[in-house]
Amino acid sequence: MTDIREVTVDELRHLVTDRALSGETLLLNMGPQHPSTHGVLRLLLELDGEIVLNCVPDIGFLHTGVEKNMEAKTYQKAEVMTDRLDYLNPIGNNLVYCLAVEKLLGLDVPPRAQAIRVILAELTRLNSHLLWLGTSALDLGAMSVFLYCMREREIILDIFEMCSGQRMMTTYVRPGGLWRDVPVEFESAVRNFIELMPRRIDEYERLLSNNPLFLERTIGIGVITREQCIEWGVTGPIARASGLKLDLRKARPYSGYEQYDFEIPTQTAGDVRARYQVRVAEMRESLKIIRQALDKLPYGPVRSNNRKYVPPPRSEIGVSMEALIHHFKLWTEGFHAPKGYVYATIESPRGELGVYLESDGGTKPYRVHYRTPTFAHLQLMPLLTKNHFVADVVAIIGSVDIVLGDADR
Amino acid sequence: MDKTLQTVAHAMQSRFGAEVQEAHGEMTLFLPPQRLVPAAKALKEEFGFDMLMDLTAVDYWPQLKPRFHVVYQLYAFGRNLQLRLRTGLDGNAPAMDTLETVYPNANWFEREVFDMFGIRFNGHSDLRRIIMPYDWQGHPLRKDYPLGYEEVEFTFNFDEIERKKPYAKE
Repeated sequence: MTDIREVTVDELRHLVTDRALSGETLLLNMGPQHPSTHGVLRLLLELDGEIVLNCVPDIGFLHTGVEKNMEAKTYQKAEVMTDRLDYLNPIGNNLVYCLAVEKLLGLDVPPRAQAIRVILAELTRLNSHLLWLGTSALDLGAMSVFLYCMREREIILDIFEMCSGQRMMTTYVRPGGLWRDVPVEFESAVRNFIELMPRRIDEYERLLSNNPLFLERTIGIGVITREQCIEWGVTGPIARASGLKLDLRKARPYSGYEQYDFEIPTQTAGDVRARYQVRVAEMRESLKIIRQALDKLPYGPVRSNNRKYVPPPRSEIGVSMEALIHHFKLWTEGFHAPKGYVYATIESPRGELGVYLESDGGTKPYRVHYRTPTFAHLQLMPLLTKNHFVADVVAIIGSVDIVLGDADR
Repeated sequence: MDKTLQTVAHAMQSRFGAEVQEAHGEMTLFLPPQRLVPAAKALKEEFGFDMLMDLTAVDYWPQLKPRFHVVYQLYAFGRNLQLRLRTGLDGNAPAMDTLETVYPNANWFEREVFDMFGIRFNGHSDLRRIIMPYDWQGHPLRKDYPLGYEEVEFTFNFDEIERKKPYAKE
């Protein structure tokens, strides 16, 4: 058995100032079990009194080896692991993986499946933003917002359960379409939700937007400029709060987002409050997209007819020998994807979520890499927290909207 | 394929000897490792590829020449263009120059590649493991690293499992 080596200050020496070594400044561990870190994130803070001089993020506590495991499973089975990455955006993780597989195979997706994918992706965005709003307001001491947000989130999770039988780990989006069609109650359930939601968002805004305590904690905190966003590859609501008008739903539309009419909310301040404003405005835009998608939801199949890649429906298996062979082949051996590599992206609630997928011509992905927004954004912590109070670090972590499953993979 | 992207590819071909490949509507430039950083610098400063979106690697073990490919995804915000760079690295302990000087956010991505594949980046400001524990042995995403599993520990088999701990089973 090998010795467990302790990490010494020497190894972190280049990350802190010289004053830390003489004991003039204080090195403080925040996390991994700190309630404001939304999971298991450890921040090593160098403090001068109450002021943060340096911040060294330490991640990896939630590493599950998803990328390695996916290499050992067929394309269909590997998808189940993607739900577990960003547990607030399961549909988005499925969607981006399926987009990559479809791009590699050249598989078509029926219009009904695309519209349902958009509805569910936007519901997931609302789900994620609601949880973000609740927890980040809770970090700043606004307890009641959390309870209201969880109440509304419950309705979304019920809709997911109605479609897929699962509340969070849905695996509902499949290469070539969806697992199955949505049930008949789906449309009325979503319509009820989008009728109810605008008033509820008004309610949250009444609690927070002009609340002097909330403003005091958020204005001018954790500022990042538009230039820094470009330099550090920042995407999503953080970039938009700094005036970088980048939304992949507009820049590289997927799943038919180009048919829907919606705005990209932006702010220019780039602080915690601007990110709050952007996300709340985004929730309203998501409702607009869902309404449009429901209004022109086409009828038809929800899975591609390409039997070489997509399993046949149950009804065919009993009567068609060929369907039975396809079913058997797809669920034992899987399908052979052509050799090559693709990079597919979607706009997740946190920013650009990308999948780099490489195939060697076999039935298992040769390499899957998730480019996750949280991983890219956690790098900013030293930049964002510099010269702020320790209490503001909590507000900044909340505003970056981190999901550690997304960062550690 | 986009016209501007074609122009960029031709320029990179003549200046850096890049090999151009187009597939699935995406453009890939193959570059030798020593020319990658100057090429990325030129792409950033002259052609507006101002954002590094992703950086990862692929292991082609047991093939050794090249064993690894390092893959970069660049994005030009102003022109809304995507471009992929690839470079091959030989041998079991490869090294190449860091891209941190051009794109500062390469920092964590390169740390991840170092952690998972054992590729060293010369001139990197903070090349430590990022996801695996500090005292971990091996690089998990290499193809010669077994997938392995953890046996459940009970009091009766604790010693036996602890004895073989750091090595994952085939």
